Amino acid sequence: MKTVIKISPALLSLMFGACALCTGTVAYADAIEINIVYLEQQRERPPVLSNLVADPEDEGEQGALLGIADNNTTGKFLKQNYSLEQIIVPPEEDVVAAARAALDGQTLVVTNVPAESLLAIADLPEASDDLIFNAGSASIDLRSGSCRPNVLHTLPSRAMLTDALMQFFNKRKWDSLYLLEGNREVDKLYADSIRKSAEKFRLSIDHEKQWIDDADMRRNAAQEIPLFTQARKYDAVVVADEDDDFGQYVLFNTWLPRPIAGTAGLEPVAWDRVVEQWGAAQLQSRFQEQAERSMTSIDYAAWAAVRSIGEAVTRTQSADAATIREYLFSDKFALAGFKGAKLTFRSWNGQLRQPIPLVHPQAVVALAPIEGFLHHTTELDTLGLDKPESACEDMN
Amino acid sequence: MMKTTTLCTLTAGLLLGAQSASAHWVYVSNEKDDTVSVIDTETNEVIKTIEVGERPRGITLSKDFKYLFICASDDDTVQILDVATDEILFELPSGEDPEQFALHPDNRHLYIANEDDAIATVVDIETRTVVAQVDVGVEPEGMAVSYNGKWAIVTSETTNMAHWIDTETHELVENTLVDQRPRDAEFTRDDGELWVSSEIGGTVSVIDTESKQIKHVINFEIKGMSPDRIQPVGMELTADGKYAFIALGPANHVAVVDRETYEPIEYILVGRRVWHTALTPEQDKLYTTNGVSGDVSVVDVATMKAEKSVKVGRFPWGAAILPKEHIPR
Repeated sequence: MKTVIKISPALLSLMFGACALCTGTVAYADAIEINIVYLEQQRERPPVLSNLVADPEDEGEQGALLGIADNNTTGKFLKQNYSLEQIIVPPEEDVVAAARAALDGQTLVVTNVPAESLLAIADLPEASDDLIFNAGSASIDLRSGSCRPNVLHTLPSRAMLTDALMQFFNKRKWDSLYLLEGNREVDKLYADSIRKSAEKFRLSIDHEKQWIDDADMRRNAAQEIPLFTQARKYDAVVVADEDDDFGQYVLFNTWLPRPIAGTAGLEPVAWDRVVEQWGAAQLQSRFQEQAERSMTSIDYAAWAAVRSIGEAVTRTQSADAATIREYLFSDKFALAGFKGAKLTFRSWNGQLRQPIPLVHPQAVVALAPIEGFLHHTTELDTLGLDKPESACEDMN
Repeated sequence: MMKTTTLCTLTAGLLLGAQSASAHWVYVSNEKDDTVSVIDTETNEVIKTIEVGERPRGITLSKDFKYLFICASDDDTVQILDVATDEILFELPSGEDPEQFALHPDNRHLYIANEDDAIATVVDIETRTVVAQVDVGVEPEGMAVSYNGKWAIVTSETTNMAHWIDTETHELVENTLVDQRPRDAEFTRDDGELWVSSEIGGTVSVIDTESKQIKHVINFEIKGMSPDRIQPVGMELTADGKYAFIALGPANHVAVVDRETYEPIEYILVGRRVWHTALTPEQDKLYTTNGVSGDVSVVDVATMKAEKSVKVGRFPWGAAILPKEHIPR
């Protein structure tokens, strides 16, 4: 670790000040200092039609900060002090070079970077003893053929998201689908995932169309979309448009009056401001107070990564990356993630198992795994890459 | 909350001996209706519904059974309801977002968990002032005071600890780490053990009061039910030391644990998402609040079966029982 158990006099007095009252059962001899690196590559948002679409600039970072605050409230009873080192790399700069400079073995890192950068960082010699938590990429490949033993994933994969949606469709018997695919690389990944999930849950994609970029939907969606979606029969329209370029204009404008889902309409997410059950309201209000905005999926993934580290440090009394990794993969680990089930890591690819809320802007419609989809170990493994589906071989 | 119930139970038991006919009142807080329903235990019907503050959750009766204390979470206050008139007499300063509380045996000090603030607030009911605020872990939830009055316990859901507060000094003196998301805390009658339920961990920890160490962890298993759905929340320990009733949340069952072996011996099917429970003074019936189905199940302790469900308001949460000799005429 970069900052292994360093006991400065200032820290000691701080710790004992905070901890003068807690010298009982859970008191330990040595104070532990846990430093976590938050590494983000800022993203140049591609142009979209609407002027209303914007991602928060501090997305991810605020989630990590809340995780640190939560860990420290617990840590004060245990003489553990958590700190976050934020490395935010502008779009035009090299995030891998920044990572190389920051990492020097046994570091705990939470990343919000694209899949290719994450792979390059994970393969750095400097990162070989690190424990990296991917909070920014939903890439299926990272959880399959390109998995890395030093990378865990707290953000759900696209496969988990689209499986969640297809379970819901299956339950509702919306068997015939119309797939609208955007023109960007991420849209293709999302659409491919939809195709796989549809097959997995026995739904049929009866119509598919690639989006045509040449119309201004703000003005003429009502003319364009009905014609574009003309077909005799479909139960639902699935939109693959991760950057929200056109998806929002499809709602209420389709040829047949049908529900819209995917990246618009009914969306499968890791988190959203409408999640309020299972004690979630408390997490939401803590986040809102700190960040002055609502919590997103990437914020949640960064929070879950930092909280997972906190849990492992609390239970093992160690800030060593290898010890933490071992604990996270053991059956002792469980994270309470405000989604009604304990969250654990899949041993075969390092993915955090988690329920997926299906949301619209005002409410949660359903929480996947949907009741009735069974699995021999945990129903959560009906979402995303189960062991036989993942090509990941070298996690352990 | 549960504490008072058990206490009243005992007092009543002593006064009345083994009496079979029962017509007590069960107060049930309806979280999403801002009301409290009152059930008559003889007919098992709702006899009245009282309007209270916003988002009522924890409820408990005073030791003399004259008042009902209500955590009105979204009003950031604890309300005192006069049992004789159903009027809110006054409100106590409670700190923000009070969720659960426990009344000290002195009938004067109320220990309140302030969920949003990582604080426990101690209120003097007579002077209506805050006596102390104690820093605890993230999302304090469960509250208990030992029967001898020495300890107040707060469980913190995200910190995963039972915090031990010395009631004389109001200082936090020890912490016991338990499984994920601890909810309810209950002392045994002799104060020898503290039971703590962990909702996400799926377990109940039995802690030795003397050493503050966990001496036993209880696991649950319901045939054909995914372990993820077994989420222990509210607990009720019988006065005779034989059983513990543990509400298992979305598993829709109440577990019965043998207190000698610490093994679950029965799982009783009740309504959906069972939160909390309350035993009658005779300890022959158990009332459970079922959040999602919006009803209360009446469980017969002798047969360990639910025999009736009573429709109440939306999201019933807490329960407290007023023994019949204290029912206003």
